[in-house]
Amino acid sequence: MDHDPQFQKSRRGFLGGLGATAAGLSLAQAGAARAQAKPDPAITEIQDWNRYLGDGVAANPYGKPSKFEKGVVRRDVEWLTASRESSVNFTPLHALDGIITPNGLCFERHHGGSPEIDPSKHRLMINGLVDKPLVFTMDDLKRFPGRVNKVFFLECAANGGMEWKGAQLNGCQFTHGMVHNVMYTGLPLKVLLDEAGVKTNGKWVMPEGADSSAMTRSIPIEKAMQDCLVVWGMNGEALRQEQGYPLRIVVPGWEGNMWVKWLRRLEVGDQPWHHREETSKYTDLLADGRSRRFTWIMDAKSVVTSPSPQAPLKHKGPNVLSGLAWSGRGTIRRVDVTIDGGKNWQTARIDGPVLPMSLTRFYVDFNWDGREMLIQSRAMDDTGYVQPTKDELRKVRGLNSIYHNNGIQTWLVRSNGETENVEIS
Amino acid sequence: MSKFRKAAGLALFAALVTAPALAGKVGLGREALPEEVAAWDIDVRPDGAGLPPGKGSVGDGEQLYLQQCASCHGEFGEGAGRWPVLVGGQGSLKSEGPEKTIGSFWPYASTTFDYIKRAMPYGNARSLSDDDVYAITAFLLNQNGIVKDDFVLSKENFSKVKLPNEQSFYDDDREKAERHFWQKDPCMKNCKPDAKVTGRARMVDVTPEDGKSIKVE
Ligand code: HEC
Repeated sequence: MDHDPQFQKSRRGFLGGLGATAAGLSLAQAGAARAQAKPDPAITEIQDWNRYLGDGVAANPYGKPSKFEKGVVRRDVEWLTASRESSVNFTPLHALDGIITPNGLCFERHHGGSPEIDPSKHRLMINGLVDKPLVFTMDDLKRFPGRVNKVFFLECAANGGMEWKGAQLNGCQFTHGMVHNVMYTGLPLKVLLDEAGVKTNGKWVMPEGADSSAMTRSIPIEKAMQDCLVVWGMNGEALRQEQGYPLRIVVPGWEGNMWVKWLRRLEVGDQPWHHREETSKYTDLLADGRSRRFTWIMDAKSVVTSPSPQAPLKHKGPNVLSGLAWSGRGTIRRVDVTIDGGKNWQTARIDGPVLPMSLTRFYVDFNWDGREMLIQSRAMDDTGYVQPTKDELRKVRGLNSIYHNNGIQTWLVRSNGETENVEIS
Repeated sequence: MSKFRKAAGLALFAALVTAPALAGKVGLGREALPEEVAAWDIDVRPDGAGLPPGKGSVGDGEQLYLQQCASCHGEFGEGAGRWPVLVGGQGSLKSEGPEKTIGSFWPYASTTFDYIKRAMPYGNARSLSDDDVYAITAFLLNQNGIVKDDFVLSKENFSKVKLPNEQSFYDDDREKAERHFWQKDPCMKNCKPDAKVTGRARMVDVTPEDGKSIKVE
């Protein structure tokens, strides 16, 4: 993956090209370590944590992040919605690294609040065009052969939806935070459908939630059989309540709304249902007044998470630019980064697992001389899709689409390190 | 472990992993009873599949709507505060502020019935009778100018109700309409003469501030 020869080459290309296209980020700045006049009291004074005993083992039966990380939390935008039970909050992407999103920081989107479901009373029903309608308990599912573990991103189709008309929110948590990346544990949907026996005229599958919105979506049978999962585990533990405990469906690469949480039923039918979340919502209104429907796939997208408005640059000299790229069509092949608003681009270094339909982490190690920068990133996937600019997207879709905004994000880094969400020509 | 016992152990394991399969089935789960399927399978499709027996008039729907829905969706479906708007918006879809309602945007009337029956009133789902849902659906169709004041909606006449925006929907065509986003070699050097800031989130100033509107789970 990472050893793709083409990638190796472009990685070297970046270092080579640095001097030519990004003269201000000179390597010469990274010279000798700075001299220190007075001894550092953090070293010369004995600290409390060095003298006194720390917490015992039972202090936190379920461990929590350090109190110094208390700002790293999901946040919501109050004016967006009328009620918190039908609302959304955002993953703090600017403060995270690697590719896996910690369970407690995965963004939430509910349509009728997050229900507390007793797993001993939870059932999964399969009905409709099947040979034998079935009911499973959670125990039945956990005894079922064929369990798998797979990493996938989940992105809400409305991620970036507030930015269609122009830059609105200052922070990649708010502009891009309706995405998370998790390793799921469960069963391929196919094995459960096979157990019920899908009739030959069964062409669509409708997952339904047990919550007060009883969420429903129509999924074509090919996708259901190909790679959808029915899962009870995330990142090694049970699903969190707000992520669908005790059971949810995983629809890799497709918009998050289809990943029905608190999954209680799968119906097989011969036509799509055209329910509220695939008509009134999650359809893309274009400039001519017509609308695309069944726009399930999340196209390739990327964002620089640091520097970003909530993670400004604090130091000149060596710095690490970092970001995320993903594609619902497959695997990220390359990410390019510009610091001059798209005049010149360099290929970023990808690190960590490079998996299909998963967040992929990229870095550019650079030296900053305090110049103003217009930073963007551009993702490419293995189908050859190249993340478009926002203006290229608007040209095709107009300004009223709400959903599927995968346009290139621009951050303006000012000479004092402050970083802003901007749009450029 | 003797050679013999090891071999016996392996045989046992082999027997375990090739559990007797009934016609290729695992045999977990049980058959769903008709009453159980009926309790959950309430979904309705545009062709009317799934509609329960029953009927309701615009007049009855108005009474029910005023009692159970108007506090959020407004007396005339105009939406109170930020709660969803259900009525109006015809002719607005190409404008700067499109209003997507049952009358202006939704392709199928069945969606209204299905959604109200499964999820409304908000916070008290599944509390309406089927006749109530027919009546409220009839009222919302009437408010959107789709059926007359004396209309009675029923399982029998449901699929004759057509919504005006149905033909405006078409299947995802990004792979054709946006073919130009698939490129071999995106530009790397001297791609444009200039890059000027044209808009700033700061000017809009709607970002939640630190410490404000934080929701810690
Ligand atoms: C307490 C406030 C409240 C009440 C009362 C209420 N609703 Fe709603 N309604 C909502 C909310 C919130 C949503 C959006 C839910 C979501 O986010 O999915 C909604 C959505 C809807 C929608 C879909 C709107 C769209 O554009 O997609 C319809 C139709 C609807 N309600 C009908 C009704 C009817 C009929 C009643 C009375 C039986 C009712 N509602 C009572 C709050 C309310």
